[in-house]
Amino acid sequence: MSDDRKELLRRLMVAEFAAIDLNLYLDTHPRDERALEAYAKANHEVMMARHEYEEKYGPLVNFGHSHSIGKDARTWRWLNEPWPWEVTS
Amino acid sequence: MWLYEKKLEYPVRVCGPNPRLAKNIITQYGGPDGELAASLRYLTQRYTMPIPQAKGVLTDIGTEELAHMEIVAALVYNLLKDASIEEIKAAGLDGYYADHDKALYFVNAEGVPWTASYIQSKGDPVTDLHEDMAAEEKARSTYEWLINLSDDPDATDVLKFLREREVVHFQRFGETLMLVQEWKEGRKYF
Ligand SMILES: [Fe+2]
Repeated sequence: MSDDRKELLRRLMVAEFAAIDLNLYLDTHPRDERALEAYAKANHEVMMARHEYEEKYGPLVNFGHSHSIGKDARTWRWLNEPWPWEVTS
Repeated sequence: MWLYEKKLEYPVRVCGPNPRLAKNIITQYGGPDGELAASLRYLTQRYTMPIPQAKGVLTDIGTEELAHMEIVAALVYNLLKDASIEEIKAAGLDGYYADHDKALYFVNAEGVPWTASYIQSKGDPVTDLHEDMAAEEKARSTYEWLINLSDDPDATDVLKFLREREVVHFQRFGETLMLVQEWKEGRKYF
């Protein structure tokens, strides 16, 4: 995996982790203004990071939630390697 | 409906083959306090929760536990991947190898397969949320013991992340229990 790809993936992981943690917090504090604000920011950051990664390296989400066809090759990019358990560096 | 996101929640790296550590960590895949049990417990209890906060918490934590199951699987897979037969024998994993090769299977650290009797759903939200809080503490303890056993600093880093998530889940279930209790009080008066 290239350094650029690793860096984009890391950025998405950081953003999504913030979103996961805030999501759980908001489940029990649904009126917390600061958390609502922070979640909106995290949501935006996840969308940006995912979009940037997917443009370069292929779809991250199945079942119609990501672009499937690449700019150069008309193949099913969902199958692009590596799968998550194969990414270890 | 669930979607799959083709990434881990937290990056997994290991220092090298370590079937002994894999044999211990696999209990968080298919053991009594593992991630499969956690996920299925919460996702099945959610149907009879009385308030939206409880339905949300069980759905979302149940979903996060699936991501943790994937992290544990990635740890075990990578700790076993390049292990030799000699190393597998030396680690006492030869019985597992006879049945599964290096494939993932839902067992505890002693090879006992997963069973639905590890989990419960009682229909009483107060009872179920108490079970969930206990489950989070049991999972946290298991990660503590696994960290004590680990001789792989990269694996330890992942185990520490998972341990911290159990602390957060325990906190959210405690808040959910209070909200359910308030809801019950309110129902008595109105
Ligand atoms: Fe948990």
